[in-house]
Amino acid sequence: MTDLHWLPTIPDWRQRLRALPGDPATAWDTAVALANAQLNFVLTNALDETVRRLLPVGPDSMATQKVRLAVLGSSTLTHLLPGIRVAGLRRGIWIDTYETDYGQYLQELSETDSALHDFQPTAMLLALDAYHLTSGVTAGMDAATADAALEEMKGRIGETWRLAREAFRCPVIQQTVLPLHPPLLGNNEHRLPGSRAWFVTRLNQAIRVMAEQDGVDILAVDDRAARDGIGKWHDTALWHRSKQEVTPAAGPLYGDLVGRWLAAKQGRSFKCLVMDLDNTLWGGVIGDDGLEGIALGQGSPLGEAYTAFQEYARELSRRGVILAVCSKNDAANALEPFEKHPDMVLKRGDIASFVANWQNKADNIRAIAQELNIGLDALCFIDDNPFERNLVRQELPMVAVPEVSDDPTGYPLALADAGYFEGLAVTDDDRERTSQYQGNKARDALKAAVTDLPSYLRGLELQLIWKRFDRIGLQRIVQLINKSNQFNLTTRRYTDEDVAAVMADPNAFGLQLRLTDRFGDNGIIAIIIGRLLPEKDLYIDTWLMSCRVLGRQVEPTTLNLIAREAQNLGAKRLIGEYIPTKKNAMVKDHYARLGFTVMQADQAGGNRNVLDLEGFTPAETFIHVTEG
Amino acid sequence: MATEAEIYAALTEIFHDVFLRDDIVLTPELTAKQVQGWDSFKQIEIIMASEEKWGIKFNTRELDSLRCVGDLAGLVGKKTA
Repeated sequence: MTDLHWLPTIPDWRQRLRALPGDPATAWDTAVALANAQLNFVLTNALDETVRRLLPVGPDSMATQKVRLAVLGSSTLTHLLPGIRVAGLRRGIWIDTYETDYGQYLQELSETDSALHDFQPTAMLLALDAYHLTSGVTAGMDAATADAALEEMKGRIGETWRLAREAFRCPVIQQTVLPLHPPLLGNNEHRLPGSRAWFVTRLNQAIRVMAEQDGVDILAVDDRAARDGIGKWHDTALWHRSKQEVTPAAGPLYGDLVGRWLAAKQGRSFKCLVMDLDNTLWGGVIGDDGLEGIALGQGSPLGEAYTAFQEYARELSRRGVILAVCSKNDAANALEPFEKHPDMVLKRGDIASFVANWQNKADNIRAIAQELNIGLDALCFIDDNPFERNLVRQELPMVAVPEVSDDPTGYPLALADAGYFEGLAVTDDDRERTSQYQGNKARDALKAAVTDLPSYLRGLELQLIWKRFDRIGLQRIVQLINKSNQFNLTTRRYTDEDVAAVMADPNAFGLQLRLTDRFGDNGIIAIIIGRLLPEKDLYIDTWLMSCRVLGRQVEPTTLNLIAREAQNLGAKRLIGEYIPTKKNAMVKDHYARLGFTVMQADQAGGNRNVLDLEGFTPAETFIHVTEG
Repeated sequence: MATEAEIYAALTEIFHDVFLRDDIVLTPELTAKQVQGWDSFKQIEIIMASEEKWGIKFNTRELDSLRCVGDLAGLVGKKTA
């Protein structure tokens, strides 16, 4: 998708463009507003042409620095320049562009009396096409010849960077090579040293390595093509017709990629994501639906989509984006999920500024900017409600407000595609915030660093948080009961009503177990249902566990809990049963392993076991147990 | 299927956007020579805007055969039929 889908459409856009010359005093601000609409390449060109006619050298005073961008290339690039200039306009940045003559870029760089030198660029874009960069590469080459060709091309690109920097001392951005060559071998194209497709892949890798060494930035059109499909970026027929490597239809997006780089260079990337709550971070309205009623977390596709969006927001915060909340709610209601809902990914501590009241959102966003001591033009506001979006756009045009639907699935991509938070480097400062979370990576690293399992488990700081069944967990409990196949002793499937009946039964208990460790939360990982039988026997009706947490001593720790709950009900013995299915053979000897005595084993492979509670000593494990 | 009148109305909007002039009146006989600034790049813009508008794709032979607005409108009609 190469359209600017995160920008709104402006219904009277054409009329406003035509009215632009009528009021020169407001022309620039209006033009900036018109640039912040979802424009195709024709309207992008129309806006660019109108603005250039009206303000040939840009506005007199602006908060941003004017940019003189030289675009160096080996094919037709003229059609991409309006997109770049309008992307600047979108961010309040005036961009003058200069395009070198077709294929003359090296000459113009080295000759000090060239028009390029007259232009005195303050930034340079190197946009070399894939045909140019693979010329001479052919399938007949052996590996050594292909390697030599790659080295030569790397040398030429590096030399161009050197010339550019010596001549102008300006930042350089290198466009990666579009992967437009059809393969010759196929899936195993990498086995053909002289394949142009493979050459492009290698060159793109090499360019990134070189760019890191030389302090050059990357315009990753190859990544975009991988996302959007190369056909959205390159039209082969058009190449034959006009030597345009990037199709004009992708021009507005191409320009925006360049525009966000130039803005980032001026420190004008957005810094803070302000989020609405109801139907943005979770499904439903917390004030009406309550903790149990909102859609969030495992159990429903919608709930998972909100979780995924929260995870994306949290990832953004871990790379340095500040998170804030702006919600129309009673503060206590708004805070409740952050404090009590087990599936909230974002915690109160992740939110730098939390504003929930009944005032209008524009005022609240102003207050957030003030509290955080950053400019309003550093804020991006996401809200599912079109009314609130339009209000904020109207009141605070400098705040970025992505156009999103009511489907949270698209929220991460809306933010990512818009490039609001375009970053050029990650500082230690950014990362410091994230040091306490390193998730699975750190978990694995720890496992590699210690040789024996007990010290690994001790190092994990495992915590088992147990709770009786409750309404909030209901969906997840029912889901686990109906989905778990492998570590499931009896494979009994229950409905919401069945689970609610357990909650109401004084002679039964249901336990939901959550496991955390120093790297994070594994969520609800085990479900237990116990029922008291007439002879003071406690029958373990259901014992299931997520296989993800095998080998962490969760099983004996769980038994300790079951024994205590059973004793609370006055039970003298535990009865554990294994009912075989096609999938649960892994727990055939589960009870024997935990010290139960086999009472009976049937022909089908099932078994029934008993454990005397009077002589039971709780096993010692590395897991710390708390009630949640 | 788009009627001829619909096609001409949509093409007129495209031409007005591409040339930033609202006084261009499209006739079947109109050719590039008669419109100031209608060069090969504008030609590509018109083609691509038409492709986007109707969700169609012209092939190389079809593009080479275009001589006037009537050819373009006829091709759009054929492709959206």
